[in-house]
Amino acid sequence: MKGIVTVLGRDSVGIIAKICAYLSERNSNVLDISQTIVGGYFNMMMIVDLSDSSEPIAMMASGLETIGRDIGVLVKLQHEDIFNAMHRI
Amino acid sequence: MISIDEVRETIRMISESNLDVRTITMGISLLDCADSDEKAFRGKIYGKITRKAERLSRVGDEISREYGVPVINKRVSVTPIAIAAAGCRCEDYVEIARTLDRAAREVGVDFIGGFSALVQKGSTPEDHKLLASIPQALAETERVCSSVNAASTRSGINIDAVNVVARIVKDAAMMTKDRDSIGCAKFVVFCNAVEDNPFMAGAFHGPGEGDCAINVGVSGPGVVKKAIEAARGADFETLCETVKRTAFKITRLGQLVAREASRRLGVPFGVIDLSLAPTPAIGDSIAEILQEMGLEQPGAPGTTAAIAILNDNVKKGGVMASSYVGGLSGAFIPVSEDHGMIEAVRAGALTLEKLEAITCVCSVGIDMVAIPGDTSADTIAGLILDEMAIGMINGKTTAVRVIPVVGKQVGDTAEFGGLLGSAPVMAINHFKCGDFVRRGGRIPAPIHSFRN
Repeated sequence: MKGIVTVLGRDSVGIIAKICAYLSERNSNVLDISQTIVGGYFNMMMIVDLSDSSEPIAMMASGLETIGRDIGVLVKLQHEDIFNAMHRI
Repeated sequence: MISIDEVRETIRMISESNLDVRTITMGISLLDCADSDEKAFRGKIYGKITRKAERLSRVGDEISREYGVPVINKRVSVTPIAIAAAGCRCEDYVEIARTLDRAAREVGVDFIGGFSALVQKGSTPEDHKLLASIPQALAETERVCSSVNAASTRSGINIDAVNVVARIVKDAAMMTKDRDSIGCAKFVVFCNAVEDNPFMAGAFHGPGEGDCAINVGVSGPGVVKKAIEAARGADFETLCETVKRTAFKITRLGQLVAREASRRLGVPFGVIDLSLAPTPAIGDSIAEILQEMGLEQPGAPGTTAAIAILNDNVKKGGVMASSYVGGLSGAFIPVSEDHGMIEAVRAGALTLEKLEAITCVCSVGIDMVAIPGDTSADTIAGLILDEMAIGMINGKTTAVRVIPVVGKQVGDTAEFGGLLGSAPVMAINHFKCGDFVRRGGRIPAPIHSFRN
């Protein structure tokens, strides 16, 4: 099972590091990262392999939200299927 | 591979345009609960509902968290009680309504539908018992929704039932007069009622359904509005295409959630209902879509055409996105639940007659409309009869959910709170129709019901 992590907010030092640390502590492998920074706004998407994760996706989603709040950005983790369903036939 | 732009589009739909799954409704058959002892029957239905729907709320919340999409309501619909309770020896069905209310509270759903009777052609003594119990049931329960099917394209219109229903509306209004007659907000009368509708107040689990099914209502007026903003000034081809593409995406989301809920609950997937349903929130309004299309206010000339193309394209996009489409799949214009419609009524743009005209194309009915409390039962019967006739002749579902707000007049506002919103009291034609509706009997089935 794959999850999509998205981060949106003002750029600051260590955003990716904090999120990756959280994911690796829960045995979740980052498969792909893409990011853009426009006008100081940080916009990132990560595709994460959750098949061997030590925590259920709902719990990790709320954990990542908390990290986001601490550093002042919006972080979401969602099951990949929602995007596949909406954008692929 | 999904691109960052596609991911952002979905997230924006959810966070900025109120995209959500409006309801996961579990339909539960109560046919196997039949018992001549009313107390035993109540014990069985309570047991079955709480057993089947025990995990409904929790599963809805789980899916919501995992996919990051709000699932607003979790609801239950049951076999029409007039059928399920037909074998019970009892005077009335009010106690059964209380049992449904308790079961709904126990499983954490905000509404349970199915305190209903199907009387389009005739009524049994049990149907009469149910009809007589409706006003008290609505007044004394919080979550029970009730509906009556009084007409169909196949059978015609049961005028006797329409007259009884008009009386029910008046009585329910009176019995809940201290709460702006809110009892009527939980009651709807149909022509061509559908058996798998997930939306309240008209949801019931039809006798042709299986033991249990998951039906899902998706929504997203805000998303459609946002999408057509980008097509401002473009021709109708572009407008229709935009609505269609958006509806496809919205429905795919509903399909995903429905499949997942069905899998996790171990209950077959029934249908996706393709209806655009508003909520009182800003940005979640059908009226705003009409304005974005180019109408100053809903009710302006062109409104009927706008609603027609809106809903036709929602269906065209949605049908492709889901394996089973059903339910009402029409435009909902519940006036009290759409801030833009409320404004249009206040501005004098939207009248009851225009709302009736819209039901000829796609709208499902005169929905959540407050009328003066002193409106007579005959006038309400006339209004219902007009809607039933539109449904019967056009072979579509139509419905009436009106609230004659006791003690209020045109210009006043009825406050229902929460999802039911607030309704400006609308003017209704005061010329009499009593001698017409009180002829009674049945209107024969229309000529195009003979299709065989």
